[in-house]
Order: sequence, then C-alpha cells, then structure tokens
Amino acid sequence: MRAPGGSTVAVGDVLLSVEDVSLSFGGVKAVSNVSFDIRKGEIRAIIGPNGAGKTSMLNIINGFYQPQQGRITFKGKTRAKMRPHDAAYGGIARTFQNVALFRGMTALDNIMAGRTLKMHANFFWQMLRHGPAMREEVEHRHRVEEIIDFLKIQEIRRVPVGRLPYGLQKRVELGRALAMEPELLLLDEPMAGMNLEEKEDMSRFVLDANDYYGTTIALIEHDMGVVMDLSDRVVVLDHGIKIADGVPDEVKRDQTVIDAYLGVAH
Amino acid sequence: MAQNAAASADTFPKLLIRNARLYGARPAMRHKDLGIWQSWTWSETLDIVRAFAVGLHGLGVKRGETIAIVGGNRPKLYWSVMAAQMLGAIPVPVYADAVADELAFVLAHADVRFAAVEDQEQVDKILSVRERVPQLEFMLYDEKRGLRDYDHSRLRSMDDVIAEGRKALADRTVADWLDKEISSGKGSDPSIILYTSGTTGKSKGVVLTNERSIRAASDTVAFDKLTEHDVALAYLPLAWVGDHYLNYVQGLVSGFCTACPENPDTAMGDLREIGPSFYFAPPRTLELLLTRVMIRMEDAGFIRRKLFHYFITVARRYGERILNGQPVPLTGRMLYAIGNILVYGPLKNVLGFSRVRVAYTAGEAVGPDLFSFYRSIGLNLKQLYGQTEAFLYVTAQPDGQIYSDTVGPACPNVDIRIAENGEVQFKSPGMFSGYFKDDARTAEVMTPDGYVKTGDTGFFDDKTGHLKIIDRTNDVGKLNDGTLFPPKYIENKLKFYPNIREAVAFGDKRDFVCVMLNIDLTAVGSWAERNNVVYGSYQELAGHALVYDMIEKHVAEVNRSLAADRVTAGTQIRRFLVLHKELDADDGELTRTQKVRRSFIAERYAPLIKALYDGSKEADISTEVTFEDGRKGVISARVKIRDMQREPMAATMGKAA
Repeated sequence: MRAPGGSTVAVGDVLLSVEDVSLSFGGVKAVSNVSFDIRKGEIRAIIGPNGAGKTSMLNIINGFYQPQQGRITFKGKTRAKMRPHDAAYGGIARTFQNVALFRGMTALDNIMAGRTLKMHANFFWQMLRHGPAMREEVEHRHRVEEIIDFLKIQEIRRVPVGRLPYGLQKRVELGRALAMEPELLLLDEPMAGMNLEEKEDMSRFVLDANDYYGTTIALIEHDMGVVMDLSDRVVVLDHGIKIADGVPDEVKRDQTVIDAYLGVAH
Repeated sequence: MAQNAAASADTFPKLLIRNARLYGARPAMRHKDLGIWQSWTWSETLDIVRAFAVGLHGLGVKRGETIAIVGGNRPKLYWSVMAAQMLGAIPVPVYADAVADELAFVLAHADVRFAAVEDQEQVDKILSVRERVPQLEFMLYDEKRGLRDYDHSRLRSMDDVIAEGRKALADRTVADWLDKEISSGKGSDPSIILYTSGTTGKSKGVVLTNERSIRAASDTVAFDKLTEHDVALAYLPLAWVGDHYLNYVQGLVSGFCTACPENPDTAMGDLREIGPSFYFAPPRTLELLLTRVMIRMEDAGFIRRKLFHYFITVARRYGERILNGQPVPLTGRMLYAIGNILVYGPLKNVLGFSRVRVAYTAGEAVGPDLFSFYRSIGLNLKQLYGQTEAFLYVTAQPDGQIYSDTVGPACPNVDIRIAENGEVQFKSPGMFSGYFKDDARTAEVMTPDGYVKTGDTGFFDDKTGHLKIIDRTNDVGKLNDGTLFPPKYIENKLKFYPNIREAVAFGDKRDFVCVMLNIDLTAVGSWAERNNVVYGSYQELAGHALVYDMIEKHVAEVNRSLAADRVTAGTQIRRFLVLHKELDADDGELTRTQKVRRSFIAERYAPLIKALYDGSKEADISTEVTFEDGRKGVISARVKIRDMQREPMAATMGKAA
C-alpha cells in the first residue's frame, strides 16, 4: 500500500526541502532562515526547547502557515509557500499536539474521515449510499480495517472517540493520518502525555508505519530517548534558528545542542 | 449418532476426514479478520490441514516429535495442532502470555525442534531465550508484520508452508503417502502434551492420547447433546486443557463450529456477534461481567435503575425454579415473562448469551449468589469439576440437577472414590498416560490400583449425591483451637463483593483468621468517581481511609454469614488489610489461570502477616515486581491493618438462611 499520486521520488532522495524559510508574527520571529531536507523513507525528528519554532515549522510544511520568505520544494516542485490543499493532495498528512478528532464519532468513522480525499463518487450517489458510492465505501472500509488491524484498535472500533483514554485517541489520530496513505507524515508530539508503555507502543507503530507502508515521517518530540531511538536524522531548532542537523549520535554530542537544549553542565 | 461415528475414528486426523465427509459444507471454524467474520468449512479445513502437514513434513517434522504452539486463539494455530497430529507429531501448546523464562522451560523440557507461533512478539520472546533451547530449529509464524527484516533461514510464514504443501500435494504419490501416514496413526499415540499451569511449583507436561481424548469427549458430547449445529467461541488460552477439550476436541468429535475472536480484547464483543450455543467461562470472567453490568446500572437513569433492580429481585425469586422446571405461582411466571422482555432478554443479548444452550463454569468454587444470578436470568449455567490429568471432566451437573455448592455427579464412565484423608480420586476414560519425562511425579499422583489423586478434598453430599469440593487438600488447615479452616471458602465469600478482586486468608496453625485483600480497580475506581475520592494510583486508592471503611463493611457482612453457621463461626475474620499492589501472575503470585498461590504469597508478604498477628496497626513492605516487558522494579508501601468486631453466633441471630 504505497502512496499513489504519481510520486517520482526514489527512496533516499530528497522528498521535501525547505530553504531559507522565515516566518514572523508581528515582531516575533518564529522561524528565521531555516533550511533542511527530508529524504524519502526516513524518520526525521525536529527537536528543540519550548518556543523553538518546531510546530511553526510543521505548519509551514503543510501549508497552515505561510512563510514571509524562503522556498519549499516538495516532490521536485518548488514553491514560495505550500497551500493546505497542495499539501493534502500532494500526500502530506499530520497529527496535532492536542488531539484533533471528531469526539462524537466512533474511531472507525474518524479514520474513515481520513479517506475523504480519496473518495470520488459524487454527492448524489453518496446521499443514496448506493451504486458507485457503495462500491467505493466497501473499498475504503477495507483499507480502514487494515489500518485498524495495524494499530490493534479493533476493540474500540465502535466506541465514540470522546470516551477513549488519551493514549488511544492519539492512536486513532495516527490512524486517520495513515488512512490518507500519506507520502509524508507529520507527527506533532505523538507521545506527549503518555506513560512509558503507551510510548513504547506508539514508537513501535511509528517504526512499523515507516517500515510497512514506507511512509516518510517527520516528527516533533520532547522525549529524548524516543527521538534518539526512532529517528534517522535530527534537526535542532532554538529560538527559530537551526543550530544542528545530523544523525542522533552526532547531535547528542554537539555542544551547542547540549547547551541550548539538554542544559549546560556545571 | 455422532459418538458412534467418532468411536470408529481413533485419531484426530481420522475424525477430521470423517467431519469433512459428514459435515463438509458446514462451518468448522470462524475468525474475524479485518472486521469481517471469515469461515472455513470442514472440507476446506481438511484441505488446508493436509497441505500444512505436507509443508511441515518438508521442513523435517517427523512422527513422534514435539512441536510447540505459542499464541492466541487463531485458526492457523489450531490448524498447526491438526497438521502436527496428522503427521503423528505431538503438539505442545504454550501459554501466549508466558514470560520468556517459563517459555524456555517448556520448550526445553518438551525437546521441541519446531515452534508454530502467532507473531513477532512470540518470535522475539523465543529468540531471547535461544541459548536455552539449542535444539529448536524452525519457527513458523502466522502474522508476518514486523518480521520482514528477520533472518529467514530458521523462520517461515505459515502461509508459505501451506502453499508449498499444496503444491507438493498436486503430486499423486505425495497425496497417497499422506493418506498412508494418516491411516498408520494409532489411537494409543500421544495426541498432545498440555503443560499444567503449575499451582504447585514447576509445570508438568501432561501426555494425553488420541483414543482416550476422543472417548472422553464422545461421552460429554452425548451428555450435553452437542451437534454439528452448535457454536462455541474459543477465547480462553489455547494451552489450557479447557480450551483444548471444550473447543478443539469437542469440536472435532461433534462437528460443531469453533469461532476465534478478532483479538483477545474484543472477545466480549465477538461473543455478542457470534452468539454461541455452548459457552464456558471461569468464575472470574462471570464475576467480571456481573461487575461491569452492575457498574453500568449504577450510572443508568433513575427509571431504568429501578426497573432493573425490581426485575432482578423477581428473577432471584422465581428464575431458578422456572429454569429447573419446578412449580412456580402464576403471578411469578407472569412477572418473570415481563422481566424477560424488559430486562433479562436484553441483558443476555448484551452479554452474548441469547443463544447459549449449555454453559459451564469451573476452575474455582463459584459464589452462590453469582451462580444463581446467571441462572435466574435464564442462562443454563452448570458446574463441572475436572483436571488436566483427567482430560478435563471428572464430574458435571446434568440439566435439572443444579446446585451452586456441588459440582455434580461423576461423568459417564468416570469412577470416583474418596480416600481416607478426604481426597478425591478418580479413574476416567480421558485419563492421562503420564507426565512427560517425569515418571517420579507420575508415580506420586497415581495410586497403585490406577486411580489419580486430585489433591482436592471433597465429599459426596447426602441429599443430592453430588460431589462437593471444599478446598485443595493441602490448603485445608486448622486453627490452634482445632476449628477447621478452609481458606478458599472464606475467600470466595469475600470475592463475591464487586469491590474485592482477590482475597487471601490465613489461619492455619494460628489463633484466628486474617485476610489480605485486593480491591477491584474498576469497581472501586467507579465508586471513587461517584464519591469524589481523588487518587493517583492503585496504591493510593487501596490505602484510602474511605476505601478501608467500605471494605470493613463487606468483611463485617462476611463475618455475619460465617457466624450463621456453627461449623464456620470460629473462622470469623479478626483482622484484615488491603494490599498495596494487585496480585499478578507475572510476579508468581497467581498461576496463569489466575489462581492464588498461597504459600508463595505467605513467603513474599511475611512482614505483613507478622504484623497481622502481632497486633500492629500498620506495616512496611517492599516487593519486587516484574513489568510486562520483563524488567523488574520495587514497590514499597506502608499498609494499614484494621481490626474487626466479633459477630455473635448463629443461635442468637435467630434467622439463618
């Protein structure tokens, strides 16, 4: 189940790159002159202390914020800024720092919602839930069931999301993002507020999604252990500026990173 | 009919062939996959198992060898059992949640060269103990997820093995060879080795044979009139004698359909969708279900709550008598019929019991109130008494002769006697042929004249003629003043309260009885929510003063009921405490079948027991715990102890029901 959409990027090549991107809100510089790239098939972490501009960076990538300067190249196409629909149709999905699901709908329906962009039957048939709409629904439901199986959430299929514990809501959210069959998956603190066991489960799902679906993943995370274990490469932001970029071991030893993020040793 | 045909087939592969012939188009197995129930008929099953057997042979599985089966209730694991038996190899199921250490013990003890496992988790677990099982050559897995990058030189997917076998079977000579293999299987060949959960020490491999297993199951299939139209849900551990007997063997003997749940967590929902007609649940599961229903009713609206409680009272009055076919006044019948429409029917539907014709419970003594609750809403719940060594059934209650405090008369063709020390001994058609590679312990449990010692104390009830089991022979003790002290009897009375999950009573060679309790997090948690009790962890909730007050009320009620009987009046609970952690099988405190390991607990919590008897008001304890991933940690706590009032004896109470 590889992402469709005519991807021409081979594994290992640059899938998305941002160059000299800056974003400010009034006088506050959220991101300034940041450049980095995400290669197809990797797990890329963006870390940094609070207010470093990590979430802003994700928002720039999926078109939620529009940077004042810089270029974004996605699948070989260079733009001054992404637009949300470019991102969505181009195969970028994301999860949010605070769970953003339809709380009154079941886990199944929430994940089904992730398939919306892939549905083509027109409104008329969808209203009748017949003919092409029905065929399509069966097809999509099959995909969704695969994801439910993948995330091992069969027992909550019919449970309204609002009634689920936080860790499971996070998992449903990941499911909805995966349902889009994204080429690039952006995860904003997927493990925030989880206990150790939930973190381990979630890490396993992130790795499996990367391995099984071949999804490229960019994630923001605060838990250093998780970041260092999961990611292939790490970019570190501090006050909107990139201060390091490299494989986890390199980044861990980088003195600027230690000073800025992990605390200066006395 | 079924049992006559069964008698002619003396091995399981022959039974499978018979079923494919007689019930070819009927479902043999169902499994929910990707949200949809998939079915396999008996003839499809035979095709798959034949291919699987040939595939296994290709890997080198030979007659008389053992093959481990590790995982949950999934069709491919059941087929692994069938395929192994088809080749004359001996399947050895292992508990899927066994920690690596237990797993290594069984794999090494049973000399397995092959293991059929469910998924990556089990593969990893076995790989982690690889050096302790050097003879293990090949692992087969059902679920390929996460295993793509593993070294496949000693690893193979079951799908591939079946496909290879199918290709090979196209060759006529291979098919003929397989037919010959099947017909050369003898009834006296071992069919399976079941490792006991080990209530007492290291687990033992119970060897059962084809012919004896089939003979035992033919008797019980006839006893409960099971046919190819029945359906059962296989949701209990594959490695447990109950699942193997009730689902696998009875399924093959009667031709009924075995349904496998989607995953272990969905079993409750799957039960409702499948609507089985034959159902087994250990008392603990029934307790859990009742607790859940009760909690939900507490949260229901006023009218519904009143309606529920009113009709449950009606059911308690008339339900059991109606089920037993005893006379009931007309108004009672009418009220019960209304209750059935409004409460019992919907309740049974929610629990998945609407179509259950025969339901059994066993494994532990069941609380009389719990038992009669289910019977009163119209579930034909019966008790049986059995053992792995007997291949399950020793006694079972026939329809119409149901008592909550007996386990029924001896099953057909089972011979029971009570030894001088009160121990129950039996001889049965399904009796085991010995412990695997352990003649010494086999000799320990067999009497010279061929009876098996159960290790349970019991007697035949004068009134009903049924067997009554009091306790494990080794557990029944005496207080210092000579009063008989049956710990389980007291514990079960406590455990009937939804708030109390587990109880361990002490009193043997002591002056009085004390208990350690575990609260039930679901029930007490919900109570805490309603009463604005704030807590951060199990430990904090367990030590809360208000929780102690509530538990004290329950203990007082138990004391009152103990006082009501002359024999047990002396065993009233004098002091109790609520443990700071849940008793857990991973820590060795419970067996894998969730039975309390009393002596182990006594040792582990020695400081607490000392405090219970020396009069202190609290005690410090720190215990090592094993987390699910196998790491260890330490939990420390200060546990409070409460004293109880002594209840007056029955004589002054006047009313003793």
